[in-house]
Amino acid sequence: MPASQGQSTFRTLSRLYVYAKPAMPRIYLAMVVSLTASIVSLVIPQVLAVLIDGPLADGDSSQIWPVVLVVLALGVLEAVLIALRRVLVLTPGTHIEARMRDGLYTHLQDLPVAFHDRWPSGQLLSRAISDLNLIRRWISFGIVIMVVNIVTIFIGFAVLISINWVLGLIFLVASIPVLAYSYVFEGRYSEAARRSQDQVGDLATAVEESVHGIRVLKAFGRGTFALKKFERQAEKLRGTEIEKAKAVASIWLWLLLIPDVAFAVCLVIGVWLASTGQTSVGELVAFFATGTVLLFPVESMGYFLAMTFDAKTATARFFDVLDSVNTITDPENPARIPNPRGQLTFDDVHFRYQDAPDRYSDLLNGIDLVIEPGETMALVGLTGSGKTTLTALTTRLYDVNSGAVKLDGVDIRTLTRNDLRTNIAMAFEDATLFSATVRENVVLGRPVATDADVAEAIEIAQAGFVYELPDGLNTRVGEEGLSLSGGQRQRLALARAIAAKPKVLVLDDPLSALDVDTEALVEAALRRILASTTALIVAHRPSTVALADRVALLEAGRVTAVGTHAELLATNDHYRFVISSFEEEVPA
Amino acid sequence: MSQSAVSGVGGEERDDFTRDESSQLRTRSLRLLGSLLRPERSRLLVSLVVVVISTAAQVAGPALIAYGIDSGLPALLANDWMPLAFAGVAYLLAGIVGAVLISWFTVLTARVSQSILLDLRKRVFVQTQKLSLEFHETYTSGRIISRQTSDLDSIRELLDSGINQLVQGLLYMLFIGIALFALDWASGVILVISLVPLLVLTRWFQLRSQKMFRLTRVASAKLIVKFVETMTGIRAVQAFRTEKSNDTEFGELTEDYRSANARVIRLFGIFDPGLVLIGNVAVAIVLLVGAFRVVDGHIAVGVLLAAVLYTRRFFDPMEEMAMFYNSYQSAAAALEKISGVLEEQPSVPDPVKPVDLWASSGAVDFDAVEFSYQNGRVVLPRFTLNIPAGQTIALVGSTGAGKSTLAKLISRFYDPTEGRLTLDGIDLRDLHPKDLRRAIVMVTQEAYLFSGTVADNIAIGKPGASIDEIIAASKAVGAHTFIESLPNGYETDVNKRGGRVSAGQRQLISFARAFLADPAVLILDEATASLDIPSERLVQDALQTLLADRTAVIIAHRLSTVAIADRVLVMEHGRIIEDGTPADLIAGTGRFAQLHASWRQSLV
Repeated sequence: MPASQGQSTFRTLSRLYVYAKPAMPRIYLAMVVSLTASIVSLVIPQVLAVLIDGPLADGDSSQIWPVVLVVLALGVLEAVLIALRRVLVLTPGTHIEARMRDGLYTHLQDLPVAFHDRWPSGQLLSRAISDLNLIRRWISFGIVIMVVNIVTIFIGFAVLISINWVLGLIFLVASIPVLAYSYVFEGRYSEAARRSQDQVGDLATAVEESVHGIRVLKAFGRGTFALKKFERQAEKLRGTEIEKAKAVASIWLWLLLIPDVAFAVCLVIGVWLASTGQTSVGELVAFFATGTVLLFPVESMGYFLAMTFDAKTATARFFDVLDSVNTITDPENPARIPNPRGQLTFDDVHFRYQDAPDRYSDLLNGIDLVIEPGETMALVGLTGSGKTTLTALTTRLYDVNSGAVKLDGVDIRTLTRNDLRTNIAMAFEDATLFSATVRENVVLGRPVATDADVAEAIEIAQAGFVYELPDGLNTRVGEEGLSLSGGQRQRLALARAIAAKPKVLVLDDPLSALDVDTEALVEAALRRILASTTALIVAHRPSTVALADRVALLEAGRVTAVGTHAELLATNDHYRFVISSFEEEVPA
Repeated sequence: MSQSAVSGVGGEERDDFTRDESSQLRTRSLRLLGSLLRPERSRLLVSLVVVVISTAAQVAGPALIAYGIDSGLPALLANDWMPLAFAGVAYLLAGIVGAVLISWFTVLTARVSQSILLDLRKRVFVQTQKLSLEFHETYTSGRIISRQTSDLDSIRELLDSGINQLVQGLLYMLFIGIALFALDWASGVILVISLVPLLVLTRWFQLRSQKMFRLTRVASAKLIVKFVETMTGIRAVQAFRTEKSNDTEFGELTEDYRSANARVIRLFGIFDPGLVLIGNVAVAIVLLVGAFRVVDGHIAVGVLLAAVLYTRRFFDPMEEMAMFYNSYQSAAAALEKISGVLEEQPSVPDPVKPVDLWASSGAVDFDAVEFSYQNGRVVLPRFTLNIPAGQTIALVGSTGAGKSTLAKLISRFYDPTEGRLTLDGIDLRDLHPKDLRRAIVMVTQEAYLFSGTVADNIAIGKPGASIDEIIAASKAVGAHTFIESLPNGYETDVNKRGGRVSAGQRQLISFARAFLADPAVLILDEATASLDIPSERLVQDALQTLLADRTAVIIAHRLSTVAIADRVLVMEHGRIIEDGTPADLIAGTGRFAQLHASWRQSLV
């Protein structure tokens, strides 16, 4: 995964501006409001000084009431301002988070399958949930309070110096090591923070695998094996978290120690100054009261710095995904096919996976094949010969490296993906069902499908079992349809492709999980629609091939033979090797 | 899934619990929390001592300043430096001790909380593995994942900062209260009175927020399920152009989550300023009362300063404690759910007194076995079946006839509802899990690959297998050639190619896995469905030798498997309707003879 390291914290975080922009006026306003609240809290000690040096020194109790009322009024004002700050930023903060989450989701859906091959969904999930939570808290709380704290600290220093420049200066000088240490802290902490977030993602992936692969783990009794791997990762994460805690502890040490040392020194010198008459008791009281107000902003800097660096890594991780360039996009001036007939052409198509080593030639090494409108073409070849890859090229799940796939003579890259995928529907070998009703799963490709369409699709795919489910068509099938058997899922996926009523139907071994009887029924029903629909069917079995008008044989990246089943069986050795059952080897 | 409405994972998505149910949930969460904290007792004790001392040192500050002004200043005027020097040095020492100890405390609590999290992570993980397939088929993987991710996250937050803040905050308030009473009882009384509105406000907040936090958990779980599902099913999403409608749906879920969050936050918007208000009013009253008493000469100016400083500081941790309540609430909701998952009893439990079976011959017997789902629907009516050691059985019948259920009973994914199922005469329910899994292995149609290399994936069959053994197994099932052609051969990371290892290749890998495991009983449930014919032929050849001396149950739609079977069982509607050698059945006129005839026709 590309890590945008070396980017400065400011540069990285400033990229959030795009999302925060609509809320910026309110964020600025919140800062002003919050700053005002801080200033109010700084003013209270000054009123205290006036009280002590004035009425208390003179013993004039009549002046106490008005002064206390001022303190009270300031106190109420502070509370109101804090409430105002919350109203201003917190709701917009949640909107920013939601906008970023939706943006990420939309982008991820748009990114090609090749991207998803590389990124485990656990890594994506931790970005969509915990990272964005963190960013929201930083925008609506962290940054506001931190900016206000810094300004408060500076104003506070000014006030301290104005009360008594010697004492103020001592306080100021003592703070310099804190600033210096903050830089050390940044390096130490943000490196660990990034590592921790990545490890959290890895751990999520491990959990996911242990759940999705539960059958294998159970069948082999390898729960302990998976646990060990999980434990190793969890322990690594624990190590990183403790490293982070140590970094935080070290900055805490400085942030707590320095004001205390400064206070101790100021106490001795202050009292000495008062004894020599260079300052008044009231000023001394004001000095310490002001210093106390400053304690929280100073001490909390560690927390806010850590939060800021966390937000930085979260932002970097977010943009790692968002910056991934989508290589499969819609053209600027898309072509249209007014009356699609459904002719599918592969014209010298070359394709190789990006990470395939150079020593191998292209997986698809110059495919030439024309499937005429209405024709059913079976695609036959050994496991790993690239049949599934070839089908994925037809809907641009991957793009060809060179050559072209054409629909009715039009390069599919000049069509919008939406148009293309409306015309071509696919059924995959590993059938994915979504957490939705059976009906919703079937009409996925054509939400406007009528009840009759759905019934027809279900009938063709021999998926009548759905009517026996508890709520029939309205039964929710679990996530990925886990509660349905492989064969049931496959039939629903087939029904889905049929219900989409495409011009071209691409089926990747759609009947592999069906028993012989059901397969025969599906085939009989499929023939009806295949008469009018162009189809490309990946086949492993003679029975599936029987559906096809012609068969294309895929061998070493090329289509080496095209013909009817009988022709190929008679003329092609490799075809016989691939398709005929071993009982047929011995001629009867 | 469970009897009582809120036991186990039941009622997880509800938010209308009765009083009894709520308290039931709370007790079980607390029990879990207690069991997590217990191993950390000694560390917790040390950190408690550390935090008590450090907080006391911090609280000493204002009292020392008051002493410095009230006693140090007059003494200094009399040229006596001692009291002032004492105040200065004491302040310095208190500061150093406080800072060092708090920094130590930070690391200490991190260690505690990380140990607890590790413990909890492992427990959930182990429990997930322990729970039977029946559970996993209803409780979706997304929910398990959110238990392990977002729910654990909220608990982490509570442990990391929340408990720190609570303990430190409470002690801080306690010590300040004591210091204030010691300095000036009148100010102390005012502070105690201010606790009344404080408690009222906190209670109000507590009641209101509880429900809302639960809502946020439910909303986030839904969000996670949708997200994971889209990402894992991205091919179908793109091929069927559901991006737009997904966007809409996900947008609604985000909005639900957002508004649930916003409602919680708004509640804080009242609570938090409320705290500041109470604090500031208390400061003003302490000042008012104190000022009059200074004028009267009852207390010194320094004492007034200290009283004001203490009162102000008393409310400092309140804001953080409100945050504690925030994290406590989400953690409590998370704990409720996690404890629910942990409470689930596996319907296929490990034996209490496991019986060892070091070497199994592979004789499997069904003794008056009946199987029905929990809703009472009978899947397999009572039957008895003896599979002698070494026999290869082909299980034939249409989809839904109960073949897979029978296979799952043998591999103990389910337990029979009635009767017993034995391996070498030992009830599977009593057999030690390690022996059971070594003796019986099932390969299913869904060949799942884990992240890691191809070799790692095969080695799942036999942890610690040498690469030679792995290669030998792959060669035996005909997977060697394609594995060699991968970018890095056996060392290829399937994660990087996982999406592209074809279904047939995945099945070959899982075959190699089973071959390597070398079990006494091998169950193949549609394990060759995605193979091409030459591969299937190789696998069949391999099976001939592999199955020679072991028991096997093969479920296959392609009847070519039957050729290697000693015996065929034909199932229909959960019953075994035909039982005999392949030759006998083919020669007969029964269901199998029909199936076989139609299969032969399909071959050309």
